[in-house]
Amino acid sequence: MTPAVWLEHASLRLGGRTVWEGLSLTVPGGECLAVLGPNGAGKTSLLRVLLGLQPLSGGRVRVQGRPPRRGDASIGYIPQQRAVEPDLLVRARDLVAFGLDGHRWGLALPRRETRRRVDEMLAFVGAEHFADAPAGRLSGGEQQRLRIAQALVGDPAILLCDEPLLSLDLPSQQAIVQLVTAWRRRRGATVIFVEHDINPLLGAIDRVLVLARGRWAVGPADEVLTEGTLSRVYGSPVDVLRLHGRVVVLGAEIGGHEPLPAAPAVER
Amino acid sequence: MSDLWRYAFVQQALLVGVITAVVAGCVGLFVTARSMSFAVHGLAEVGFTGAAAAVFFGLPPSLGVLATTCAAALAIGALGVRLRERDVAVGSVMALGTGLGVLFLTLTPRYATEAYGILFGSILAVTRQDVIRSALVGAVALLALAVIYRPLRFASVDPDVAEARGVPIRVLSAAFLLILALAVAEAVQVVGVLLILTLLIVPAGAAQRLTVHPGRALAYSVLIALGATLGGLACAVSTGWPVSFFVSALSFTAYLLARLYAHLHAGPRWAPRRGRDTPPSRAAAR
Repeated sequence: MTPAVWLEHASLRLGGRTVWEGLSLTVPGGECLAVLGPNGAGKTSLLRVLLGLQPLSGGRVRVQGRPPRRGDASIGYIPQQRAVEPDLLVRARDLVAFGLDGHRWGLALPRRETRRRVDEMLAFVGAEHFADAPAGRLSGGEQQRLRIAQALVGDPAILLCDEPLLSLDLPSQQAIVQLVTAWRRRRGATVIFVEHDINPLLGAIDRVLVLARGRWAVGPADEVLTEGTLSRVYGSPVDVLRLHGRVVVLGAEIGGHEPLPAAPAVER
Repeated sequence: MSDLWRYAFVQQALLVGVITAVVAGCVGLFVTARSMSFAVHGLAEVGFTGAAAAVFFGLPPSLGVLATTCAAALAIGALGVRLRERDVAVGSVMALGTGLGVLFLTLTPRYATEAYGILFGSILAVTRQDVIRSALVGAVALLALAVIYRPLRFASVDPDVAEARGVPIRVLSAAFLLILALAVAEAVQVVGVLLILTLLIVPAGAAQRLTVHPGRALAYSVLIALGATLGGLACAVSTGWPVSFFVSALSFTAYLLARLYAHLHAGPRWAPRRGRDTPPSRAAAR
């Protein structure tokens, strides 16, 4: 079977800095992968490569057996959360409908089929009671439900999520992870989560990819989120504590938003 | 007073007014969505240069406006790659343009009349040719807007996802700037350079307060622009006061009323932000 995502000796340089290199990764169809790493480690850039928005500096990449191309309808994308402006003239249902046909030329005349699929998606994410509300006036959690509906309404085979849980409260985080997991199981689809905290995802993912300082490690959470592996990837001693089923990483920033000093390219 | 409506110049003014209001009403919604008020003003001021140059060379000023707004739109599109740079790009082009305009006007005899017409509008002086050109320019602008309408809305509201979905963001930005240049050239004839926002921002801003339904917002924006323009013409013809004063007064009144309406009706319905999220199960039970 063709893997959903396949990278071979992939490297990425941005502005003269090596973001990551020698990255080889196979994500089989139906897998759920979490991508962790400090800010600037190239997590979002990896998603941009898969979306065909960012070419590799070296190596090869295939998405469902093909080179990535912009506007691939088989990929759903949830960008890093940015609140919709409060005064923007857009209803919740408009935002979802964009995911279906927003890229097509011409006027957006109402079509019954579009409406049916949008309504179906709104119901799936529990957004039907604010379907006609201005999207900018909704809470962060509500907007994130719309993002999921928007990404899934085109029935993609791969879902890429860039920190979908950022700045959400705990119940909203759980609700979002549950929604994506329910959809993934039903559809048999591949999901890649870029996240800053592994804990809300622990029950939902199959494997973890850690990117840091140009290096990387991939495998099941129990094998990757260990002192040995993380110390090697970060190039400095890292402690990992497991408390009541939660993973706490000390001595390394696993995600978050503090800018790291630009690390020199490391030979692997 | 009713006799006045039989005069060709009043009828021509009405036609240009209707065309301009429809174009401005439609384009204005995207101007507000993309926060491009400054670009509108910049284009209009550059249009002032074009008009002044045209007058200097003995050409119709409206032709000069059209030529320079389109040229400026292309220049801004080429310079303003990133959104943050755009203000600086617009400002730089605008400053140079206005300076040149002042020069051309001072070199022209009948300096004051022409300057007044360009700055404050001269709809009661439009010719038959102006009507035909307005109709053509308006048709091109509306047609182009219809073609890019859906992806432009997507790109305006949600640029990150639109880019990932293959929407050509930069092409759309440049295309919209050109459409905006056409709309500005139309509106300058009616309300002049200095009052350009009264047709390109205010009706859309008012419509936005009345509804979030995209189709209805478009209709309201056009209707308010039409009402302000035609009402302004009627008031001006009967009082002899400037058209642009009445257009701006009427559109501002519409804006105030729309805000009042939003405050009384739509406001409380969606205003309280829900602090917590409703889980899907509970949401479905409602």
